[in-house]
Amino acid sequence: MEMNDIVKDFLVESYENLDQLDRDLLALEQDPAARDTMSSVFRTVHTIKGTCGFLGFGKLEHLAHAGENLLSKLRDGELDLNSERTSGLLALVDAVRLMLANIENGGAEGDDDFTQLVERLVQLQQAELMGPLVPAMSSVPPASSGKPIAVSNLGPMSASPAAAVLAAEGASSTEIAPTATAPTVEPALAPSVAASVPLATSVGAKGDAPLTESRGGVSDSTIRVDVGLVDKLMNLVGELVLARNQILQFASKQQDAVLTGTSQRLNLITTELQEGVMKTRMQPINTIWSKFPRVVRDLSTQCGKQIRLEMEGQDTELDRTIIEAIKDPLTHLVRNSVDHGVETPAARLAQGKAADGRLLLRAFHEGGKVNLEIVDDGAGIDPAKIKAKAVERGLISAEQAGRMGDHEAINMIFLPGFSTAAKVTNVSGRGVGMDVVKTNIEKIGGTVDVQSLPGQSTTIRIKIPLTLAIIPALIVSSGGERYAIPQVNLLELVGLDGAEAQRAIEWIHGAPVYRLRGKLLPLVYLHRELKLEDAAEGRAGRRLNVVVLQADDRQFGLIVDAIHNTEEIVVKPLSKLLKVLSVYSGATIMGNGLVALILDVMGIAQRAGVVGEHRERARIEKSERSEAVTDDRQSLLLCCVGADSRMAIQLSKVARLEEFARSAVERSGNRELVQYRGQIMPLLRLSDLLPDMSAAEPIGNSNLLHVVVYSANGRSIGLVVERILDIVQESLQVTGEADRPGVVCRAVIQNRVTEVLDIEHLIRDQISGFDRAAAHA
Amino acid sequence: MADTRLYCTLYLESYYFGVEVSQVQEVLRYLEMTRIPLAHSVVRGLINLRGQLVTAIDLRRRLELPPREENANPMNVIVRTEDGPVSLLVDRIGDVVEVQEADFERPPETLRGAARSLVLGVYKLAGKLLLILDLDRAVQLPGEREELALASA
Repeated sequence: MEMNDIVKDFLVESYENLDQLDRDLLALEQDPAARDTMSSVFRTVHTIKGTCGFLGFGKLEHLAHAGENLLSKLRDGELDLNSERTSGLLALVDAVRLMLANIENGGAEGDDDFTQLVERLVQLQQAELMGPLVPAMSSVPPASSGKPIAVSNLGPMSASPAAAVLAAEGASSTEIAPTATAPTVEPALAPSVAASVPLATSVGAKGDAPLTESRGGVSDSTIRVDVGLVDKLMNLVGELVLARNQILQFASKQQDAVLTGTSQRLNLITTELQEGVMKTRMQPINTIWSKFPRVVRDLSTQCGKQIRLEMEGQDTELDRTIIEAIKDPLTHLVRNSVDHGVETPAARLAQGKAADGRLLLRAFHEGGKVNLEIVDDGAGIDPAKIKAKAVERGLISAEQAGRMGDHEAINMIFLPGFSTAAKVTNVSGRGVGMDVVKTNIEKIGGTVDVQSLPGQSTTIRIKIPLTLAIIPALIVSSGGERYAIPQVNLLELVGLDGAEAQRAIEWIHGAPVYRLRGKLLPLVYLHRELKLEDAAEGRAGRRLNVVVLQADDRQFGLIVDAIHNTEEIVVKPLSKLLKVLSVYSGATIMGNGLVALILDVMGIAQRAGVVGEHRERARIEKSERSEAVTDDRQSLLLCCVGADSRMAIQLSKVARLEEFARSAVERSGNRELVQYRGQIMPLLRLSDLLPDMSAAEPIGNSNLLHVVVYSANGRSIGLVVERILDIVQESLQVTGEADRPGVVCRAVIQNRVTEVLDIEHLIRDQISGFDRAAAHA
Repeated sequence: MADTRLYCTLYLESYYFGVEVSQVQEVLRYLEMTRIPLAHSVVRGLINLRGQLVTAIDLRRRLELPPREENANPMNVIVRTEDGPVSLLVDRIGDVVEVQEADFERPPETLRGAARSLVLGVYKLAGKLLLILDLDRAVQLPGEREELALASA
């Protein structure tokens, strides 16, 4: 049965209103005196009642009416909002939601019986006499019991003949139907609602129709767009990016100035369009979080706990597909924290904590990824218990447990078949455990980590990429084919020439390794893993290209025949026939029109045995590493400035390393500029910035400029250096005070005196406009 | 006219095959392919069909026929499947033919090998036989069940 557009709009709007109701009711429970919120709740229920009367959903109207009566008394101050009344109203919200779902599925309200709930709502209107308490959820029948009834049977129940005629008109009118977005319908609904019941006094003053009012007045500047349309736009932009790449590749081989100019413009516009469309797909994390206050309230009531839910960074935005993918894992984690994390009030008081626990959800952007944290101040996780459990379950041996650090131990909660909850409750710990959470998060390229201070707190930290559809990737080739490696997994590239390459690879029982800054890096030959023939293998003096990759908590070097450029690629899923191949995560179409497979770094690592069999080793090494992190070592980029001055820049300040052809540099006044990622990026020659460097020889004759890109507030600056030397991890041993501005200190790195630069200082002095522009942005 | 059917025909080695016209999206000359290392041998590669990824299945390999000559480029019959379009690599494309339902016969019991599970039936045409391909099966990898069925046959 075809649902007409008015009903569809009613559903969309009501779902939004119900979410708002949940939030408002909980807010009211905290602050019963908030009259505005109470009025808003009243209006929302009233609107639902009015609209379903109008659309002929008699049962829903009857129920909403009962709720409205109770609310009107609450609003007028005749009754106080207590916990029982809140629960009653929340049950009302659930019942309405259930009926809406029935309407959505079958076009009718379903035959669930809500008379008990209506009675309860009536009973709650008695000022003094409170009936026996009914648990919050019990009066809501299971959702599955709804049996659809054809909507025509409900015809006689329509509120008034006039409304029925109007509804019928709306249903058949082609004028409204194709374009019926919410705003179109509102004017039609508003008068009938307004006419039937007097409105809350505040409404008239604030907006012309209650529906507009309930959505906070944003309807003027926003439109509702079908998700399918946005997805289609995204696909089209993906195609456009591919076409752009093809044209750019073609244009670079041509001498035609017009073509070059036009393709440059196409490039810029496409990039901007891509960003724009990406933004339209972005949704604030609050779309998921807004459900949590209710979840936490219901759950903590069930568990007899008191929990205060706090949220930070609700506006943090994520791609729609990712929002959908993390919804369930996040819900699971939150439920878990309520159920297992926070203790009962009695237990908390006994430990000298406040009776009410605190659950903090935090979201923020960092390093091109979104970080989500779930922090509770509960009992924490006892590593000893986890170890005991893991040994008992046979996941690790007692000896391994002994060697294992605390951090590694508690992260074992993500292993399949692990549940430490002493008792399995119906809330969490039903077998669908943390391993599923981890798998789901990893599926979208994210990571999850847990940290805990026993007795004090547990922090679960999730890092996920912003988007999945278009990703930056490194293009490599092996055995004559090109492959894309997602840049998320990429740590660094190591190129070794001829004789050096021969010496660099050492063998342990047939397993090649490379010493990367003193640590053994296992090497994996891509062509061997993919069973490709390799013509160049064994040829002496060939260049060795090592792509250092991160898989899970393990690093390895992937040896490829050649490393090409980095490219924004559009990820396309593989067909079912190829899904079984875990070494590929998808495919993309390259600038030359050919298909390139996207390597799944995790899959390759597993195939090569880098992770999996060696997991424990990785753990132990990691614990060593995490101990090492506590010292003051930092990553430094070493470069050459001027003739032969060695400088170091903290790697955390470096956004990217780029090479530009000299011909790409343009001038504006006395400033050098390049076009970079859709922006105009000023170039600064480090040798000019530092005093006493002017005596140095002019930068060499090479046709390429080596540029360290520094970014802040969405703006980039390129620092031109003579040469990039290396990236090192050093604890700075300061040997000399800085004797010129822009230098933090002098230190000995790789046995050479090196000046550590203060990039911010250098840039602040030179480009005052950068700060100003950044402040504007 | 209810007892006639339309088939898109194609040639594989010496055989003449038919695929129901409604299931064929288009027919294309040879297209460049990207090999997929580690994939099953019947999967020859991925094709860029106007920005859409299409998996190419070599019907010769699927039917366990001897391989094509080195420099003979296969043609593509793009068929619609539940999992999106799939390309069937064939030697040559024939005409669309109209066949009489009365000429249909089940494949003989003596049919062996992959053909046994992939040939739905035979139309007896003048001078040659038109073998009707089970498309749903042809676009799947040779499964275990099929092999078991063959082993027991």
